[in-house]
Amino acid sequence: MKLKKILPQLATLFVVILIFGFFTMNAQLNMENRGIDFGYGFLTQESSFDVQFSLIEYSGSDSYGRAYLVGLLNTLLVSVLGIIICTIIGVIIGIARLSPNYLIRTTAAWYVEFFRNIPLLLQIFFWYYAALRALPLPQDAEAIFGSSYLTIKGFYTPSLIWKNLDIFIYSVIAAIIAIIFVRIHAKRLRENEGKHLPVLNISIAILFILPILTFFFGGVNVGYETPELKQLAKTSFKFEGGLSIPPELLSLVIALSLYTATFVAECVRAGIQGVSKGQREAAASIGLNRKQVLNLIIMPQALRIIIPPTTNQYLNLTKNSSLAAAIAYPDLVLVFAGTALMQTGKAIEIVSITMLTYLTLSLSISFFMNWYNAKIAIVEK
Amino acid sequence: MFKYLKQLTSLVAMVAVLFTFTTETMAAKKSKTLKNTQKKGFVRCGVSQGLPGFSNADAAGNWTGVDVDVCRAVAAAVLGDASKVKYTPLSAKERFTALTSGEIDILSRNTTWTLSRDADIGLTFVGVNFYDGQGFMVRKSSGITSTSQFKNGISACTNIGTTTELNMRDFFNSRGISYEPVAFEKADEVVAAYDAGRCDTYTTDKSGLAAQRTKMSNPDEHIVLPETISKEPLGPVVRQGDSVWEDIVRWSLNTMIEAEEYGITSGNADMMKTSDNPAIKRLVGSEGELGAAFGLDNDWSYRIITQVGNYGESYKRNIADTGILPDRGPNELWTKGGILYVPPAR
Repeated sequence: MKLKKILPQLATLFVVILIFGFFTMNAQLNMENRGIDFGYGFLTQESSFDVQFSLIEYSGSDSYGRAYLVGLLNTLLVSVLGIIICTIIGVIIGIARLSPNYLIRTTAAWYVEFFRNIPLLLQIFFWYYAALRALPLPQDAEAIFGSSYLTIKGFYTPSLIWKNLDIFIYSVIAAIIAIIFVRIHAKRLRENEGKHLPVLNISIAILFILPILTFFFGGVNVGYETPELKQLAKTSFKFEGGLSIPPELLSLVIALSLYTATFVAECVRAGIQGVSKGQREAAASIGLNRKQVLNLIIMPQALRIIIPPTTNQYLNLTKNSSLAAAIAYPDLVLVFAGTALMQTGKAIEIVSITMLTYLTLSLSISFFMNWYNAKIAIVEK
Repeated sequence: MFKYLKQLTSLVAMVAVLFTFTTETMAAKKSKTLKNTQKKGFVRCGVSQGLPGFSNADAAGNWTGVDVDVCRAVAAAVLGDASKVKYTPLSAKERFTALTSGEIDILSRNTTWTLSRDADIGLTFVGVNFYDGQGFMVRKSSGITSTSQFKNGISACTNIGTTTELNMRDFFNSRGISYEPVAFEKADEVVAAYDAGRCDTYTTDKSGLAAQRTKMSNPDEHIVLPETISKEPLGPVVRQGDSVWEDIVRWSLNTMIEAEEYGITSGNADMMKTSDNPAIKRLVGSEGELGAAFGLDNDWSYRIITQVGNYGESYKRNIADTGILPDRGPNELWTKGGILYVPPAR
């Protein structure tokens, strides 16, 4: 009886091993025939190519391993920005789709239908090539909010120059820890004595006052640097100084978040509609207004329905960010599975590393969201 | 007496064994790639995704260019018909994988011959069909006339996966100029971004710049700077490990160049069959047994010349007459001041 259960599983395992074994053998044999070495030693070799945009110090004299890190961080940057923005837009649009106001409701519905039914790659091309072409050259750009400029070569905005930034960061961390203690204390107070502390107000106060104090006592100081127009040639200009965001990053984040937001919006709408009507009516009957009903009754229950499918959308966004290669944003695929692969010729090694990286990224997001989902799930008593 | 006879027979036997052995290796010389190509009935050729003059498809899907002509020459030699080629357009990034994985049998896609490519990744370069060098294109209105006018912060558009990316770094680093590399996967994307004003300069092989300039919205607004910052010998590539196939591709290209040297064209090849010059007669197949070494018939080179033409014809048709690079520069025969020099076909 037991054997009967195990046997098919063993057979399946055997077949899987056989298939993997065959592919490995085949690759090994063919690589040997064609005189291609296998090995990861190239990761420590000098890469000798430059990357347009990187979050860490990098130049061509660094190793391929560091080039990998540059690509990975750029992918993470796009993913994190995209996830934050698409969540904000998605929640707003999702709620708007259920608005009693006809105009808001219909506009939201149009937005969703429009953006989710056009292929993402096309949207990326649109934002990069069509929208980019319409932007002015640096010398013709009008200032936005005084000293920010949106040009064909990127978005330029003043950057902050910190003195004793580390002290400031420590103070923010201290503030966050203090807030956690206040919350624990407030919860105990509420459960034991029935008293309500204005937790939100206290938290905001701590978060602002503590860091601000460091300006007076910690020697923290902040200045700013504005972008300046610089002439490269007779008709060729660029901005220097300040913070510059390359147009590739800009259009990629816009395209990814607008596209993914439509799916998030649908998840939000479905989640809200998934909460039974009785809950809403009961809440209204005890005198809560529309905002309170949404925040206190509907949303906490809706989140349970919203999170699992939204996790999928976050994963999609992360994986879709690999389309960056089409518009020269130096993400993992462009830098590592593109340039590095070409320069070393180590196709199997590099593609395997890249696949493993995306797998790890996706699984990490998945684990985190599952953990969050479990945390907010209703515990049956 | 008997003693000598015994020795003689053993000698004869040894010679016989040796002889059968040699004929057998001759037969084995018929390469796997050649056999597969003849069985399929077409040559599998990897080309660019559209580079006028080198490999470019027209609206009807007909490929033309000097790189395309190398594949056509091989098809003429091996299959007897220059049109029996299946073209696979490849990006710079895909090209070597396509070749090593066996998706194509010849890569004729303006590919630079370098040591690491030749030695490292299972490829063999068979020759050079275009001597090139990397250059820069800028807008005329910028007033830049030389690379010495480049300033810190210049943004340069280019392709990923090319020697260009590496040369560019060497160039800017050696001059201490900071630059912003903007690297795209496809040439068309590079051109579109540069044309839109995303970059101050566009850098790639000079022939590529000349060809891509014709695709710009207004070609007259752009100039190619005079400096050449690298050596880029472009040529066809084959997989490592099939030396017969390698020889066929090498000598198909060499035949085109040598035919020009001896003044044999697609028009006069028939008349040349009765020429007095044995070198010419060998090239048009009326003397010698050159094809046998590859397992081909003796008319293989004649077919290349009549169906594809010599190198000069190919250059004129694809690059000069289309206005890309009217001047042949280094790609002129060694007898006329260029550096095209191929080993003799004999």
